[in-house]
Amino acid sequence: MAGVASYDRRVILRREIKMYSKKVLDHFRQPRNMGKMRDPSAVAQEGNPVCGDVMRIYLKIGKNKEGKDYIKDIKFQTLGCAAAIATSSIMTEMVKGKLLDEAVKVSNQAIAEALDGLPPVKMHCSVLAQQVLQKAIKNYQSKNSHR
Amino acid sequence: MNKPKIYLDYAATTPVDPRVIKAMAPFWQEKFANPSSLHFFGQEAKQALDQARSKVAQFLGAKFEEIVFTSCATESINLAHKGLLENFYLRMKEKPRVITTPIEHKAVLATLEHLQKLGWAKIDYLKVDQTGLVSLSDFDSLIKPETVLVSIGFVNNEVGTVQPIKKIGNWLKLANEKRKKQGWAKIYFHSDVTQAVGHFKINVDKLNLDLASFSGHKFYAPKGIGVLYLRSGVPITRQQDGGSQENHQRAGTENLSFIVGLAKALVIVEKERSQETKRIRNLSKRLIKGLLKVPGVHLIGNCQERAPHIVSILVDGVEGESVLLALSDLGIAVSSGSACTSGELKPSHVLLAMGISPSKAHGSIRFSLGRWTMRKEIDYLIKVFPGAIEKLRRIGKGINKN
Repeated sequence: MAGVASYDRRVILRREIKMYSKKVLDHFRQPRNMGKMRDPSAVAQEGNPVCGDVMRIYLKIGKNKEGKDYIKDIKFQTLGCAAAIATSSIMTEMVKGKLLDEAVKVSNQAIAEALDGLPPVKMHCSVLAQQVLQKAIKNYQSKNSHR
Repeated sequence: MNKPKIYLDYAATTPVDPRVIKAMAPFWQEKFANPSSLHFFGQEAKQALDQARSKVAQFLGAKFEEIVFTSCATESINLAHKGLLENFYLRMKEKPRVITTPIEHKAVLATLEHLQKLGWAKIDYLKVDQTGLVSLSDFDSLIKPETVLVSIGFVNNEVGTVQPIKKIGNWLKLANEKRKKQGWAKIYFHSDVTQAVGHFKINVDKLNLDLASFSGHKFYAPKGIGVLYLRSGVPITRQQDGGSQENHQRAGTENLSFIVGLAKALVIVEKERSQETKRIRNLSKRLIKGLLKVPGVHLIGNCQERAPHIVSILVDGVEGESVLLALSDLGIAVSSGSACTSGELKPSHVLLAMGISPSKAHGSIRFSLGRWTMRKEIDYLIKVFPGAIEKLRRIGKGINKN
């Protein structure tokens, strides 16, 4: 793949990025937290009907010293393009170890920024990653509403 | 370790043949003049232009004055369709009708959609079967008195399906004879032959073509040069106005160096075709055999009527763009028809027209071979392909896709 010049961050935001950043390619080539989970606390799957990407995540929720819910472990599986794989991968990295209350607030923009940006046509992948995470958290919370 | 650089996207474009570059060389600084100039510089250029035009005409079995040089196949297609329809629209009482297929290149489809939007034509689409072939029997129901044009691509660029152009041409010839007796207008026949030029003999009389469009950059000429074959007597209104070049059909100083390049590229194609096509077909057979060893890989297109250089597959459990990148990382350049690879996030219109669902089209990969494709490159691809697919399948394994 042709090298992407190191652009000034402002230029990235102004200009339309057509190619994937190094971070996207890195997560695509070596996804983090990829796979299934035994006895997950919650599972969620979300698909993008337009482009066809599908993401599935597994959460293992634990309680920290203060008794608050946090993401002890997280795993993902994605059937989709490089951006879909990269956004789901980095999302798992971003929220692993976080309190549920914090994790649910992670925005798609934060996910895209963590990857040093995405081409405009691929931004929907970051939205998908955010949605699948929120869905999983919601699934957990509705199952455990008495806590 | 050196990453290999294997190009298997010849259907997208091709490198310029060194012999073509050599043929073009004198035209930058020596024979650079405007062929319309009356001085000796100009006349030398004019001579070269005439020679090139003759070669192109000879390749097609056409007449000298029936060759129009354009900037590319897209321009030729625009000129053919808009030029013809503008002429008919002005002269006909009823709206002219055009028959085409849903698997044409966007250049044809977008041009016709634009003409329909302007109100200059009504488009009728032939059906294609699962392999991408049109059926002659559909013609009967679609042909109307106001039908003026049939536009069907010879070889589809995405799946390699070869249409029965000769049969269609003959059918139209007979149909036109009947129509003449009924006092109905003649139906003209255009074919986008861009992907066919490199591997098929194209004789405009044998195929009964009135118009044909193609680009140089699919057969080792540079990008930026194309041809419109325009049979004498076919009435088009020129679309690029200005001077009188190209027999008043397309104004603009001739791109002589590129025209010479294209002509040379055609001569090479003609000379080497029988050997080259056989070689490519053997390589693609080898590739297909190797790819099909991987479970969940499906060959698409027609088994018999397929171009020698295009191998289009659907792979279960993976998405096209990710396969493309994975192969690119392994040093292999290919293409895909998945929604994620298109600018508008829509799966290939060709695959959809063939009845392939959007989710199956998700896993489409296209390999296209060419002049410098070597057997060891195909063998390397066959070797690394299963591993690349397996890795991606593992990433998406647990997904329930309905």
